[in-house]
Amino acid sequence: MIPALFVLAYLAIVLYIGIFAFRRSSGQSEDFFLAGRSLGPWVFLLSLFGSHMTAFAILGSSGHAFNFGIVTYGLMASSSALVVPLCLLFLGTRLWSVGKRFGLITPVQIFRDRWECGHIGTLIFFLQAALLVPYIIIGVMGGGTTLSVISGGFIPFWLGGLIVALVVMSYVFFGGMRGTAWVNTFQTVLFLSFGAIAVILISQGMGGFTAVTERLLNNPNTASLLTRDKFSLTTFLGYTFNPLSAIAFPHIAIFCLTARKVTQFKRTVIFYPICLLLIWLPCVYLGVAANQATDIPAIEAKVEAKAATGRPVPGDDVMLQLLGRYAPVWVAGLLGAGIMAAVMASDSQILALSTMFTEDIFAFYGGKDKFGEKAQIATGRLFVVLVTAFAYFTALNAKVAIFDLAVQYAFAGYAAMAPLFVAALCWRGSTKWGALASTLFIAASTFALYLLPRGFTIAGFAPVVPMTLISAALVWGVSLLTPKPSAATINRYFPSSSV
Amino acid sequence: MKLALVVITIAVFYVLHQDWWNWSAARPLAFGFLPVGLWYHALYTIAAAFLMAALVRWCWPSGLERDE
Repeated sequence: MIPALFVLAYLAIVLYIGIFAFRRSSGQSEDFFLAGRSLGPWVFLLSLFGSHMTAFAILGSSGHAFNFGIVTYGLMASSSALVVPLCLLFLGTRLWSVGKRFGLITPVQIFRDRWECGHIGTLIFFLQAALLVPYIIIGVMGGGTTLSVISGGFIPFWLGGLIVALVVMSYVFFGGMRGTAWVNTFQTVLFLSFGAIAVILISQGMGGFTAVTERLLNNPNTASLLTRDKFSLTTFLGYTFNPLSAIAFPHIAIFCLTARKVTQFKRTVIFYPICLLLIWLPCVYLGVAANQATDIPAIEAKVEAKAATGRPVPGDDVMLQLLGRYAPVWVAGLLGAGIMAAVMASDSQILALSTMFTEDIFAFYGGKDKFGEKAQIATGRLFVVLVTAFAYFTALNAKVAIFDLAVQYAFAGYAAMAPLFVAALCWRGSTKWGALASTLFIAASTFALYLLPRGFTIAGFAPVVPMTLISAALVWGVSLLTPKPSAATINRYFPSSSV
Repeated sequence: MKLALVVITIAVFYVLHQDWWNWSAARPLAFGFLPVGLWYHALYTIAAAFLMAALVRWCWPSGLERDE
């Protein structure tokens, strides 16, 4: 129960940060939704990274590694180390520039302006919103799992999820983007600081790194977890498409607009892979090592179930089980708070959804002109409450593991949207009809994904591969056949080249 | 020429991510405990940071700084 008190104290601190940020706000919509485009270099790096790393990175990765072994790191972390910084360097900087020059706040605003469209932008909004909700649910599920396990079951899953949802909702409600960015910065520092300590303490408790690895190698049931034999090379290759989702995630795209200067991207691009390493390597190693922690009854039951059925078991809580068993109480509390920090990254997603709704729907359809800027911010805050409530009640009934939930819907759909960003920001010849064709395809294929059995592949590739390639082909092919936006618009976006 | 070099560098780096030669091997263990498939990708991640530093130097969109 003591570690749970540390986590509750931590929640109180982040709540205070949100309220402190509220006092600094100017009351203007750009200040609430983008922190006045004023984030400095370190806050930009740490908050952007913190908003990208969620329960998926901490609990989902260790749970996946528990079942499938070290392949988890290559599947998501090292592929992200290449793809995400490239997206930030070549697309994130352009998003920042366009947003700053034309006073735009959301990706849909940029699409509408770039392609001279209205309702197609609305369609893109609905697709982005529908894909983001599962990710928000992941955060609530992670919060519920963390508090439940850390308190030894004293705080049930439903109450843990409720506490986390209320805290996140409160500081997003009051602090807006500034509060979210400050909290994310604090959270990232906390987890990066304690991640290495967690690995050392837990491994020491299990007899040391070398002994743990040797025991895993000598056990026929676990030796394959230290290779990648449980995955095909084709599947591994296909996973490199998932990190393309980063730039299409609304919370990441919107975060790109918060930097004070474009030069602040430099530090983020360079240090992003290092931050990934510091978080994912400990989580994956500990997830695999958990297979040897059979002195923990909950883990022993999972290991036996895996051996008996030959199928993966729910493993999102293994990191927390290790923490509770092998770390001293006060360290477990601090580390639990660190894990909670990463789990609570749903804040920026909730804010992004709220920003999109107020800008892309409320303001676009005349609400801002009719009711004023204060009503717009109030609408954004109301939307925060509604989204959080919806995510919470859905999380209570979600049965899918965190990793699967993220990969199956959010990653595949957003990765397939990445060609839209490339087309809008880098290709003069792209048109709204190309964007429409791609958007309709992504919506239909994501819905099909929902109906298809889990683990469905096409020629050995995960659905994200054909979805992304077909989406890109549609933007390209349909754009070639349809009329371009006006020369004036194209010249605004590509000022150095002729039409 | 510069663009071609950048594209080739990124493509080579992408191919290096698919380390099929380590696929079924756990040994050698780095520091006595990290399986080869894991430490290869840990090193790959560090190398990615160096690649990004080089790309920021070679390909930085300096034209966008006019908007600051």
